[in-house]
Amino acid sequence: MSLASLLVLADGRFPSGGHAHSGGAEPAVGVGDITDLASLRAFVHGRLQTTGLVDAAFAAAVCARCAPECGAVPWAAFECEYLARTGSPRLRLASRTLGRQLLRGGRRAFPSPRADEAVAALGTSIPQPIVMGIVAAAAGCSPAEAALCELHHLVGSLTSAGVRLLGVDPFEIAAFGAALAPELEQLATLASADPLADPADLPADVALLNDVLAEHHSTWEVRLFAS
Amino acid sequence: MPPDHQPSSTDLGGHAHDHSHDHSHDHSHGHDGPETPPDPHGRPLRIGIGGPVGSGKTALVAALCRLLAERVSMVVVTNDIFTTEDAEALRRMAVLADDRIVPVETGACPHTAIRDDISANLDALEQLEAAHPDVELSLLESGGDNLTAIFSRALVDQQIFVIDVAGGDKVPRKGGPGVTTADLLVINKTDLAPLVHADLGVMDRDARARRGTLPIAFTSLVEPEGATEVAEWVLARLGAWRLQQSPN
Repeated sequence: MSLASLLVLADGRFPSGGHAHSGGAEPAVGVGDITDLASLRAFVHGRLQTTGLVDAAFAAAVCARCAPECGAVPWAAFECEYLARTGSPRLRLASRTLGRQLLRGGRRAFPSPRADEAVAALGTSIPQPIVMGIVAAAAGCSPAEAALCELHHLVGSLTSAGVRLLGVDPFEIAAFGAALAPELEQLATLASADPLADPADLPADVALLNDVLAEHHSTWEVRLFAS
Repeated sequence: MPPDHQPSSTDLGGHAHDHSHDHSHDHSHGHDGPETPPDPHGRPLRIGIGGPVGSGKTALVAALCRLLAERVSMVVVTNDIFTTEDAEALRRMAVLADDRIVPVETGACPHTAIRDDISANLDALEQLEAAHPDVELSLLESGGDNLTAIFSRALVDQQIFVIDVAGGDKVPRKGGPGVTTADLLVINKTDLAPLVHADLGVMDRDARARRGTLPIAFTSLVEPEGATEVAEWVLARLGAWRLQQSPN
């Protein structure tokens, strides 16, 4: 059951508003950091090891804490610690927007009392990885699966933006995605290694340039993606 | 002429809008805020305006605001593909207060944002309507798109599809869900017909063949009263919406 549910959550067509965001690829294309398939691959690797790991760890930790036997979830601590790892106000806003949008579709598909608790504690504009943890738990996924789903969506956002902005070969992108499988699984394992850790002790591998470029991107007069 | 026989615009002046919530809300128990599935009761009528790039969607929205805003409390959500230009244009034209016009960035696919994944637009509509509790009519202008675009019924209650004469008089025959099923088809820029050798009779015949009894409005939005027929249609839909919500 949980594997089929995971596929629902991992489907890029799941309605959660992600199609309007590039995951940071558009700003990087704009400054010339991504120009072709090779630089896109390098960018994806860099993001997986930094913000990808952080987002995956938060999704895994929230997923683990949503188990009924775990008692009260430290919602405020999760939000505070996640924001501490997201320096850019623009990225915080994008994450809250994407979280709110995932919450809508996620609650409809996988209703859970934990989602109601989170909304009562934090409102609906919850950072996206926290919502992914809640929805993944409601879907019956394990913490490692929640982490994997988060990493999968990061790769999807970045590569799909690369296809749209640079016209890179979609078959090469598919092959790249397939080749990434061992790295994603290894990162998902790492991200969910200690899922009941204090939220303050979760990974904090930020990507500063990503934060800086997100702020620049928000001032562009013409852009294809919201972030 | 208004294309249907719902209450006319004159019936609506000074209408006391009864938002009394005497019906049950039990089905939304335990949910709050903007993520709650849309409840058609007690919320504004939402009308989507879609159609190809340059057909006159923004001009139509501006004209509707000019014609209706004094009588009907309105908000507008725009979807630009690359910029917030449409929202800024509407603000410059001062057809509504700035805080009643909100742009939504839709990424590379305008039709995705109105059809397949409506999250961002639903989010924007709900926030705008919550910020202006008196709103009776919400317009959602799609980004310019192709003939396959159509609004999700979970996003809007009625939809207008705008094509233009300069796009060629074959467009109605080409069909597509917008031309075929939109609640109102607007064929704009009739003033250009002689210049582009477009036959309005052919467009009318083909559109009727595609649409059956669904209404069609020929407009020239550069004329001062060019949107009157569409505005009357909107008022009629609004009247029907109010009756549906407050049947007593």
